[in-house]
Amino acid sequence: MTQAIPMTLAEKLVARAAGRESVRPGEVVTAKVDLAMMHDSGGPRRVAPMLERLQARLWDPDRVVVISDHYVPAVDAESAGILDLTRKWVKAAGVTNFHDMQGICHVVLPERGHLRPGLFVVGGDSHSPTGGAFGTYMFGVGATEMCGVLVTGEIWLRVPETILLHWTGRLAPGVVAKDMILAMCAKLGMDGGRYQAIQYAGDTVAGLAMQERMTLSNMAAELGAQTGLIAPDTVTRDYLLAAGVPAGEIELAAWQGDAAAAAERHDFDAATLSPMVAAPHSPANSAAVGEHGNVSVDQAYIGACTGAKINDLRMAAGVLKGRRVASGTRLLIAPASARTTAEAAADGTLAVLTEAGAILLSSGCGACAGYGAGVLAENETCIASTARNFKGRMGAGSSKVYLGSPYTVAASAVAGRIADPREFLA
Amino acid sequence: MSSAANNAGRVWKFGDNIDTDVLAPGLYMKSPLAELARHCLESVEPRFAKEVKPGDIVVGGRNFGMGSSREQAVMALRELGVAAVVAPSFAGIFYRNALNLGLLALVCPEAAQIRTDAVLAVDATAATLRDLETGKIYVCETLPAHLLQMIADGGLLPHLEKKLNAQRSKEAQA
Ligand code: SF4
Repeated sequence: MTQAIPMTLAEKLVARAAGRESVRPGEVVTAKVDLAMMHDSGGPRRVAPMLERLQARLWDPDRVVVISDHYVPAVDAESAGILDLTRKWVKAAGVTNFHDMQGICHVVLPERGHLRPGLFVVGGDSHSPTGGAFGTYMFGVGATEMCGVLVTGEIWLRVPETILLHWTGRLAPGVVAKDMILAMCAKLGMDGGRYQAIQYAGDTVAGLAMQERMTLSNMAAELGAQTGLIAPDTVTRDYLLAAGVPAGEIELAAWQGDAAAAAERHDFDAATLSPMVAAPHSPANSAAVGEHGNVSVDQAYIGACTGAKINDLRMAAGVLKGRRVASGTRLLIAPASARTTAEAAADGTLAVLTEAGAILLSSGCGACAGYGAGVLAENETCIASTARNFKGRMGAGSSKVYLGSPYTVAASAVAGRIADPREFLA
Repeated sequence: MSSAANNAGRVWKFGDNIDTDVLAPGLYMKSPLAELARHCLESVEPRFAKEVKPGDIVVGGRNFGMGSSREQAVMALRELGVAAVVAPSFAGIFYRNALNLGLLALVCPEAAQIRTDAVLAVDATAATLRDLETGKIYVCETLPAHLLQMIADGGLLPHLEKKLNAQRSKEAQA
């Protein structure tokens, strides 16, 4: 055996995709793409005309996954047209991996067994780093770049440096992954990730369920990183087995960073963390929930790829059980996927939510990006379990969006104002 | 290299965290590109879209192009004839979109020192900017050859088109 150069997880993933023994940060390499994921908004309707201009076919239709989630269900002729175009294109292009109205792409992709450790995947959406939670190198690209991938099956990238975000200690009851990522946004800022590879590590991260890890990786986008990795372990394996991935395809040992590999490191203490809330209009405006004063809310929204997975709905149910949404406040819940809804129905979570007065919406991006049901009027205030609270994103330009965990959003719905969930969980 | 990338242009300076909504305001996203471009950066510098000349250079602060993956943020600058965007750091997806759409994006650690209204000669291959008045040279991070070629071809699509056509004519001759 020759002595191998120590590499971080990100470097190992990129080296494999580039067909190289080793890579160094800063090098530019061409990587082979294992899978390309597109949704109805940035996908077929944008790339179809480009492919036509090039008179080119897909490099491998079996490595393309299309998921309709942004304009579902159609609310007007325009959105219906986009979905119609998507369905027709998928057929004509020979894409068999099409999940139509089954939920939000970043949640559906792993749920249907498309991800696993070691893969190199691009997604036509900025929250594609979510895939990093599975030890997959996944990042978002624009439509033109996606077209390039669809034709060549390749993409260039600069080998990223690794930024290790290391958490130790036990989270207090009512404090979850969303609070961790909001704390990291506050500390590092919206460009703290410098378009490098973030890796979340430490015993706190190892103790998180898969859906919670996905929340961390998802919001690597808000840290400005290219991807947000978590080294795979038995938690990853169990999730993937349940999603139908054959055991033989789940490799754990190969996808661990070497301790000797160089990385910038930031340390965080989980034990002292409080529930966090981001004030308008940036996730970086995060502070402990108690520091926001008395903010009454018109709407509480549990939705998005970030905050409406089964664990998220169970958190909400934990607060809402035996309680009612405050009068004058509406609580909207859009489960992240059809499977999430089915699971929540099976274990009684759904009944708790609706008995508390929550209004159930369909699975899709919905109000998160202002596309679907649940958008805000001028001057309204909302607290949401989503990823972004940029100005005007969820509706009218003067509306204000606060971000919090599903616990905090549910507690705020009951109180009618931004509230500390710990008061409801005691 | 295309000549445009080596020409001189006047500098327009902007601050940190210029986001994609400022570059391509949502209000005009459904409008034709020419209309959208007329509102590019207007909320921070109303003169920009009116007075910018083909060949001019946009110099931004940290995290230029933050926000969504919308390519219109790049297309608007290109539509106005901007020859290059220079910043100490870019938001990753914007940076890639810029190069893919044939807009030269240069990472320049000293960008903050560049004067507004300076006239800079851009050498894309060497990744340098030269202030024509003071003679000062700003060194940027070099771009790999394949990206320079892609930008010279006008972006990823024309670049691919060229490659595919070459491949096809070779196959036809064989
Ligand atoms: S739910 Fe929101 S953040 Fe997630 S993919 Fe949809 S629009 Fe983007």
